[in-house]
Amino acid sequence: MNAPVFTVSEINRHVKAMFDSELMMQSIFISGEISNFSNHYATGHMYFTLKDDKSAIKAVMFNRAAMKLRFVPENGMKVIVLGRVSVFERDGVYQIYVEQMQPDGAGALALAFEQLKKKLEKEGLFSPEHKKAIPRFPKRIGVITSPTGAAVQDIFNVISRRYPLAEIVFQPVSVQGDTAAEEIRNAVRRFSRCKGADVLIVGRGGGSIEDLWSFNDEALAREIFNCTIPVISAVGHETDFTICDFVSDLRAPTPSAAAELATPDINNLYLETASLTDKLYKSYKYYIDREQSKLSLLLSQRAFNNAEHFFDNEKLQLMNFENRLKQSMNGRLQKEAVRYSKNVTSLESLNPLSVLLRGFAFVSDENQVIDSAKKLHIGQQINISFADSAAFCEVLSVEDKKK
Amino acid sequence: MKKMTYESAMKRLEEIVSSLENGGLTLDDSVKLFEEGAKLAKFCNEQLKKAENKILSLDEVEEEV
Repeated sequence: MNAPVFTVSEINRHVKAMFDSELMMQSIFISGEISNFSNHYATGHMYFTLKDDKSAIKAVMFNRAAMKLRFVPENGMKVIVLGRVSVFERDGVYQIYVEQMQPDGAGALALAFEQLKKKLEKEGLFSPEHKKAIPRFPKRIGVITSPTGAAVQDIFNVISRRYPLAEIVFQPVSVQGDTAAEEIRNAVRRFSRCKGADVLIVGRGGGSIEDLWSFNDEALAREIFNCTIPVISAVGHETDFTICDFVSDLRAPTPSAAAELATPDINNLYLETASLTDKLYKSYKYYIDREQSKLSLLLSQRAFNNAEHFFDNEKLQLMNFENRLKQSMNGRLQKEAVRYSKNVTSLESLNPLSVLLRGFAFVSDENQVIDSAKKLHIGQQINISFADSAAFCEVLSVEDKKK
Repeated sequence: MKKMTYESAMKRLEEIVSSLENGGLTLDDSVKLFEEGAKLAKFCNEQLKKAENKILSLDEVEEEV
């Protein structure tokens, strides 16, 4: 036999040389479906098979290229790869050495988003039982967003309009670009550590999916999940959803909306204050009225009209009590009501003059209301004020009731 | 006494109103409560009127701790 005999190595080397001299094989796009996918943990290399309905080709993606992927390849996924077809001499197999891979159909970012969402959801990071309640009256509102742009202005404007009682703690960060996710993450961590606010607003204005990408960062999502302060996310517009939105305690459709969700409306607070003040006056007046009718009832009983059964002491005690009631109404209630009814118009119905209309009168001199005869001296000139009129009188005698 | 805030004043005012509404108080107590309530209502109103947001940096807030 004169024909030359080659070794296996020689043949494989020759075949490899044939592949490598074929220009088309050096950079080629191939579409197919992934199967037999294995991710080599130690090295980070990915091994898989690309197939269509009739045929298959082995594929390898080295860690240097694999680390740039924004999604995790899975069996059954349709992809387009870019790479070089060559021969692995040791095993005598040809394969494609993948440099880049894109999902065929949905974009890589959309796919990465879905994958991360699924993963964190499975871990329970989005579960309702982990959502913290947003406080009703935050003393401090933390704001993490870009110092430029409309979002920060919108947030400040809404807070100052709705709830000027709060302090705003502002931490400016980049909201897009390579460092953004890390800056936002650090800000969240710092707020959480020093408990620097009662509620946090994290967000930015609208933009493309690439612009909003920092808010789909896995580490940021975990930082928000672990944050001790309730977080309201406000990323982009109403239609934009990010991982941050899912992991936050509350998602706001826009930065302005986040500021609204973080604050009570001061107008409601005015109403609440007024309504409580109104209740305060009404309940107090009700109390006085009730005591007074009890007293009138007692005084009208026969025992008090019958001289024989008259107990001076008890009657005097009752009169004393009545006197105190009158003081309380004419003096305090009147003064307080006049002072506050300016602020609370609903109180006008409680005008203390109505007390006088029911037949009470009060005594005063030029300066003040006189609540005890002990403060009078014989011959002193005093006013007795009724609801519709007054009498000018002179004191004839002063008697102490307690004898 | 702790510095009164709008929130704590409103809370106390609510308590006072419900005590007065429930009754069973002596005259002196109810007068005292009413006076306290009237002061709180005034305080709340003033707080709302004079308020203006203060803006702080995270650095400042961290230094407080």
